[in-house]
Amino acid sequence: MNRANKTSVATPAAAMAAHNGDFMATQASQRQSAAAPEARRKMRREGPGSRLWRVLVWGAMIFFLVNVALMIATVTMNSFATRWFGTPLPEGFTLHWYAQAWRDFQLADVLWVTVEVVGAVVLLSIALGVPAAYALARAQFPGKKLAMLVFLLPLMVPPVTYGIPMATVLYKVGLGGTLTGVILANLVPSLPFVILVMTPFIEQIDPNLESAARIFGANTFKYFRHVLLPLLVPGILAAGLLVLVRTIGMFELTFFTAGPDTQTLVVALYYAVFSTGVRAPQSIDAMAMIYMAITLLWVLIALQFVSPTQLVSRVKEAPKGE
Amino acid sequence: MTPAPRADGRGWLVAPALVCLVAMFVYPFAYGLFLSFQPMEGGGVFANYLKFFSEPTLWPTVIITLKLAVPATLINVGASIPAAFALRKSTRASKFVTMLLVIPVTLGTVLIADGMLTYYGPNGWFPQALHALGLYHDEVRLTHNFWGVLISLVISGFPFAFLLILSYVTGIDPTLARAAGTLGAGPWQQFRLIYLPLLVPGLTMAACLSFVQAFSVFPSAVLLGVPAGATRVVSIAAYEAAFESYDYSLASCVAIVMGFVQLLIVAGMLGARRAFYSGPTTGGKG
Repeated sequence: MNRANKTSVATPAAAMAAHNGDFMATQASQRQSAAAPEARRKMRREGPGSRLWRVLVWGAMIFFLVNVALMIATVTMNSFATRWFGTPLPEGFTLHWYAQAWRDFQLADVLWVTVEVVGAVVLLSIALGVPAAYALARAQFPGKKLAMLVFLLPLMVPPVTYGIPMATVLYKVGLGGTLTGVILANLVPSLPFVILVMTPFIEQIDPNLESAARIFGANTFKYFRHVLLPLLVPGILAAGLLVLVRTIGMFELTFFTAGPDTQTLVVALYYAVFSTGVRAPQSIDAMAMIYMAITLLWVLIALQFVSPTQLVSRVKEAPKGE
Repeated sequence: MTPAPRADGRGWLVAPALVCLVAMFVYPFAYGLFLSFQPMEGGGVFANYLKFFSEPTLWPTVIITLKLAVPATLINVGASIPAAFALRKSTRASKFVTMLLVIPVTLGTVLIADGMLTYYGPNGWFPQALHALGLYHDEVRLTHNFWGVLISLVISGFPFAFLLILSYVTGIDPTLARAAGTLGAGPWQQFRLIYLPLLVPGLTMAACLSFVQAFSVFPSAVLLGVPAGATRVVSIAAYEAAFESYDYSLASCVAIVMGFVQLLIVAGMLGARRAFYSGPTTGGKG
């Protein structure tokens, strides 16, 4: 049935093309003749029902995406709504909630803390992670396997599981609730992430460069500074952006370790949603919009340098710019 | 310096990162384990664990979490396989969809919970649409119950599983399946005999990561569920012990149990994979 359908569609198209002007016709028929064996092969490969299957898969996919889009649209709509209850659209629109959210949730302070935490985590995880990745890629040392395991585990164990013992230790040594504590906690998933992104990246850099630099008298530091670092810039950029996006959204660890003055935006948003009823829902959604705008801005920037799969997990392939 | 020790010397570059992670990850874990055997209220060494497995507010949390995490993992991984196959060719449409799917992952569970509360809430667009289309006439209850949490696990977990599995699927050389097609294999046979065996390691990995992520559900179980009842998951029990009753010893015990259950399930899945298929663990060009 599938085959009959496809050929009957293809023939009138060719006939129509033949009726058109000379240039169009020749071009179209050329394309037609080139595409025909491909289409026939495709038909043979896909049995009957495969079209139904494809419609089903795409349908489910579109249903999912539409729901996510509408969910985001709900937040957007509500943040501008004067009053919205049980109707398709709100009664009116206002910017009032943004001003109120800014005041009510002390967003200036929260955003500053977020910038401090995210900035420190990105810089520290690169400063500590890149040398470690270099050592793992190039050096042989006792306990290398064990070191690898220590770097892998924080990525496998979810933050909730290790977050509670970690918060316990931080509170015991007096770092609980401080900015340092929040930064240290966020380093735990970020640092291994940088190491595992950078190790394959360093591995594919020609080791002869190092030998050449050493012949000219460079020590490890000089080699690092003048040879390796410039070559690593694309990888470091990619790793840094990935850590940035992940740290903005890292809820659990920050939630467990932050005090009232050291909340990042996502934790402040959680508290706001948690205590719905205390504040107007539109005000909470205005804050959610600010969070969403910041996250998506960085996601868009990050996607210029990394593939979408890298945002999800550590990479198998080296970052772009290889 | 002679060359040999210098090669070892470069290994020291790993030290700062290692010290940081040992201090922040390994030591807390060890300390938590140690602390869990020192119950705050006295009793024997195992008092916390005995309490966990006898208290009706504690042990059922493991069952509740499994009831959420297992279906969520099955849905997310199960739906990702056909979706990844549909989008494995790098066309503009598939790139666009992949790009869109990144959004729910990066936005995080807190924002998804906030959006869901309005969108799926009793007066949100979703129930309104269901009523308008005449698909459902009673009151739609999708928030503040089990379903709300499950939906949020799918919204945040499906894109995650999909992107992981997509990277595995695209890593498989399509000429292998085409060769099978030339020899007369239909699409199902190609999938069953060519793709699936090569995909099994990747699928196991994706299933493990999806499960572990779903098992540690926290913010959405509080915001979208019934934190005192039907969706009282393990992480809520651990959080309450640590930050509401300040019983860090019991909290560590709960965290250790949580980690142990995850380990058990992941080990089970990896073991099952070994029983199911043994061969090269990397799919692809070989």
